[in-house]
Amino acid sequence: MRQKQAIWKALQAAFPYTVPIFAGFWFLGLTYGIYMNASGFSFWYPSLMSLTIFGGSLEFLAVQMLINPFAPLQTLLVSLMIQSRHLFYGIAMLDRFRYTGWKKPYLIFGMCDESFSINYAATIPPEVDRGWFMLWVTALNQLYWVSGATLGGILGSLVCFNTKGLDFVMTAMFVVIFLEQWLKEKDRTSAYIGVGASVLCLALFGPDQFMIPTMASILLLLTLLRKPLERRETA
Amino acid sequence: MIEQTLLQQIITVALCVAGTMATRFLPFALFPQGKPTPAYVKYLGRVLPLAIFGMLVVYCLRHVSLVTGWHGLPEAISLLVVVGIHVWKRQMLLSIAGGTICYMLLVQLVFV
Repeated sequence: MRQKQAIWKALQAAFPYTVPIFAGFWFLGLTYGIYMNASGFSFWYPSLMSLTIFGGSLEFLAVQMLINPFAPLQTLLVSLMIQSRHLFYGIAMLDRFRYTGWKKPYLIFGMCDESFSINYAATIPPEVDRGWFMLWVTALNQLYWVSGATLGGILGSLVCFNTKGLDFVMTAMFVVIFLEQWLKEKDRTSAYIGVGASVLCLALFGPDQFMIPTMASILLLLTLLRKPLERRETA
Repeated sequence: MIEQTLLQQIITVALCVAGTMATRFLPFALFPQGKPTPAYVKYLGRVLPLAIFGMLVVYCLRHVSLVTGWHGLPEAISLLVVVGIHVWKRQMLLSIAGGTICYMLLVQLVFV
């Protein structure tokens, strides 16, 4: 009985934090589902992919990976590179996820950008169970995302309007994330490196071959520039 | 274009899952208790995201040709709209929706 109350209390505390995510995930999830549908995939694809990958930006890219010729090595490398930011979410959550018992594997599995942000930043009231709070945040966010993507995949076939150009939503999403980081950072060397290396490699290797050389040169340049960049951080 | 077989599609999605889960679980496997994080990893954590998102923007636009067709004009206009709305309102969803709608209108009605 007390256990049930604790779970219920954690849900009540967690839900308000997830409301903006609901709006965002339904919009993006629906768009993702419609986009997959417009690309010729049944609703099972967005439904199962949103459930298992559960990482918005990669799922959009995965549509391209499925349309383009089979390229397993590039798929894995691109996934690792795009999702590499999770490494640092993980480092930030090492302490917060401790002592969450059986919930821990799911908390890590579902640690998308949004769930991480809330679980990291939310002020959890002392009388609320931390583990259950974070579990609800993660589960609700995933529920929004999967239901949006599934619905989009189903409704996509009923959408009568011309969807030409809808894939720009992915470009727009990355531009906004890039812009947010850009506005936040004082030192933008890393942004120049990212854009510069990509454009140069695109020109050299062409649109189907440029990602791996780009990623390698970004890592190399950032490693070579570590000393001056770190000096500027502390300056 | 060569279409992927179902097995190839399953492998592609499975690799996306594997890549994602590796990045989510690895820190917890590497640093089980409060061991200090290597300085190099911390440094990459700070500087890598900005480069990655810059790269992703270029990745999304990789098929845009500047020398043929409309010379990337609909993309350039829509990008300006995204940036403009975002600097003005700072609301992620509004900027994404505005830019996407702008692009769809441009490629469907103007640059046809």
